[in-house]
Amino acid sequence: MEVLSEDHKLIAEAAQGFLKAGHGVEAFRALRDAGDDKNAALRSEIAGMGWMGILLPEAVGGVDFGYRAAGLIAEAMGRNLTISPFLSSAILAATVLRAVGGTALQHWGPRLAEGQVTMALALEESTKHRPDRIATTLAETASGLRLTGRKGFVVDGGAADRLIVVAKQGGACVLVLVDPAADGVVVTEQFMLDHRNAATVAFEDVALAQADVLAMGAEAEAALAQALAAGRAVAAAEQLGVAKAAADQSFDYLRTRKQFGVLIGQFQALQHRAADLYCELAQADSLVAAALNALDAGSDDSELLTRAAKAKLARVGRQATEEGVQMHGGIGMTDAMDLGLFMKRDRALSEFLGDAGHHTDWILRHRGI
Amino acid sequence: MTDLALFRQETRQWLDAHCPEEMRLPMSEEDICWGGRHFTFRSAAQKAWLEVMAARGWTVPGWPKAYGGGGLSGDEQKILNEEMARINARPPLQSFGIWMLGPALLEFGTEAQKRHYLPQIARGEIRWCQGYSEPGAGSDLAGLQTKGVDQGDHFAVTGQKIWTSYADKADWIFCLVRTEPDASKHTGISFLLFDMESAGVSTRPIKLISGASPFCETFFDDVKVPKDQIVGERGQGWTIAKYLLTHEREMIGASDNALFAKTDLVADAIQSVGVNEDGHLDDPMLRAELGQFLIDEICFDAHMQMSGAYMRAGHELGARSAELKYLGTELNKRRQSLRVSAGGADDLVWEGTANSAGQAAKDWLRAKGNSIEGGTSEVMLSILSKAVLKLPG
Ligand SMILES: Cc1cc2nc3c(=O)[nH]c(=O)nc-3n(C[C@H](O)[C@H](O)[C@H](O)COP(=O)(O)OP(=O)(O)OC[C@H]3O[C@@H](n4cnc5c(N)ncnc54)[C@H](O)[C@@H]3O)c2cc1C
Repeated sequence: MEVLSEDHKLIAEAAQGFLKAGHGVEAFRALRDAGDDKNAALRSEIAGMGWMGILLPEAVGGVDFGYRAAGLIAEAMGRNLTISPFLSSAILAATVLRAVGGTALQHWGPRLAEGQVTMALALEESTKHRPDRIATTLAETASGLRLTGRKGFVVDGGAADRLIVVAKQGGACVLVLVDPAADGVVVTEQFMLDHRNAATVAFEDVALAQADVLAMGAEAEAALAQALAAGRAVAAAEQLGVAKAAADQSFDYLRTRKQFGVLIGQFQALQHRAADLYCELAQADSLVAAALNALDAGSDDSELLTRAAKAKLARVGRQATEEGVQMHGGIGMTDAMDLGLFMKRDRALSEFLGDAGHHTDWILRHRGI
Repeated sequence: MTDLALFRQETRQWLDAHCPEEMRLPMSEEDICWGGRHFTFRSAAQKAWLEVMAARGWTVPGWPKAYGGGGLSGDEQKILNEEMARINARPPLQSFGIWMLGPALLEFGTEAQKRHYLPQIARGEIRWCQGYSEPGAGSDLAGLQTKGVDQGDHFAVTGQKIWTSYADKADWIFCLVRTEPDASKHTGISFLLFDMESAGVSTRPIKLISGASPFCETFFDDVKVPKDQIVGERGQGWTIAKYLLTHEREMIGASDNALFAKTDLVADAIQSVGVNEDGHLDDPMLRAELGQFLIDEICFDAHMQMSGAYMRAGHELGARSAELKYLGTELNKRRQSLRVSAGGADDLVWEGTANSAGQAAKDWLRAKGNSIEGGTSEVMLSILSKAVLKLPG
């Protein structure tokens, strides 16, 4: 029910129009069937529209449209199942660079915005999201800085030109930039259930220069927190797009499929479940918008709202995709239908940067219990 | 300073100067000021607060000044609400007149009706009740049988209503009556207004599971209703009734609905269950359930904010009021269930001193009606599936 500004309306329409025309679900299927989990050709196109620099300042070649705009693009990507490095590079990496500023931003900002390079965030070390449990260490040795550790679920890590690695140095948080081609870096690509790439990356005594250190201590923590908040809110927006697309297909099916001589949409059992799903999507939409708007405004409740949005979408996304399959009956289980594709993307997004339980727990701690 | 910033500043100063301290304390259902001929104020402060707000038109801030309102724009109303919330100012007046009849009269009433009825509502002089449901016509409201026979200058109304909230305390009723016996189910109904002191009106309170008797059976035996007390045209009652219901649903669903008896669930839970050495609520399953509730509450609040902005931008909610009603009432049922779960045995107390002295249990029971009053959750879902999702009939 959000009243979008004219600018935001245009961005949403342009994103949906562009993606649907050339990068919709059919294109996704073609990539999948060809075993392409990177869709490299799209990158320069969306960079040309400013999307890769959506959060970057104009001074480094970005368009600086803000989080709400980024969320609208992500929602369209969710609807169309578009494979792109948008989330990893344009949101996570760009937010880190913007937060640390300085020469890193000057050097890498334009390259990211133009789509010349992509970056991935190497954060996770366990199968569940635990940003506070980092064992990867950066050590100051006689021969210089050395990085050692192991990361998993590095989304888009198989294609990235640089990795932003979260590590510890003497107990303090540190963010370093690592070239995956450097000696001692072993990237193992993983082909995921949603037909995207992620990687496990091992760092074995990797030599780094002082210039590779993006931020340390409180500055690194703040930059990481900002990136995670942005990533969660934009991932929730993408998940909203996935859920809406699955729901729309199901609502259409209720209007066309006949059994017992009537349209199945005439069965009240299905009508009420469809209407409940519609209500849940409507309020989830408002929450995602509120979270992104709060990030744009820099308001105090932005962390609470982004986490609530991420947790809520994990539930609503599951409801939409599960109901989608169920309401389609047998055909919903087939690869020929899109529902399974939505379900798989939804599943991956739920786990990405913390699932419902993770963020619910945070909110409870935040409230003092 | 912008006009709105100036308005906020003036409003803040005015509220600080005029809102009595007592009217800034948390309230329960008994503290609601309903107004009306027979209303007994619970305190001098309650009366003073109503009078000073009514004089400014702020009991109904959005209504035109000519009808006793404040003539405020949507943005100004939002600021007034925020400034009242800031000091925990109680609503000076709540009533079915404000929530339901007023909006319907503004849309369908004649100029004379607006000038007559609306200021009485704004000043809290006349308390209204809603005569819709009948023993045989609940969800199937258009099946109502109370009849109004044309007697030249008036209708003679005979029949029975049920679940009429506060009928025994109300001064007037807005009532759905079948005046066109030969017309179809939906086109034979008229929307009539009449005084509950008219000859032939009687009420009988119904005791509820919460122990309270807020609603009544209401009987009409040949009640004379002058013809100028019809709103809209003869036979147009269903259209008006539905319009009014969208406002009722908006109000019931709203997260600031004063009838929702909102308490700080987290504080309640800490107080009764306690916190363990990890700093967590000492009941992991209750904690988990509370967590899911908090997420949904944050979500619904965001949705209400967005819908507020949507309406201020000039959009009508229409059938989507069913969406807010459904979400808001189901959420409140969960809220009240969690509250009594957190209270444990203490909140089994019906009368006594433990914990909330039975209030939590009563609020919990009262909340069960939220998904029934104003149209059941099932009816809301049916409306949405047809009006919004366009699923086949
Ligand atoms: C606290 C409270 C205050 C009220 N105040 C007023 C008031 O002031 N004035 C007034 O006029 N009325 C009032 N009501 C009445 C209220 O509007 C009705 O109770 C409501 O519309 C349901 O009607 P019913 O009770 O006859 O239930 P029924 O319509 O008999 O419903 C019984 C059950 O069947 C379900 N059902 C019915 N039809 C369908 C269908 N088509 N599809 C699926 N399920 C269906 C319902 O959802 C419900 O679960 C109040 C009710 C409550 C609880």
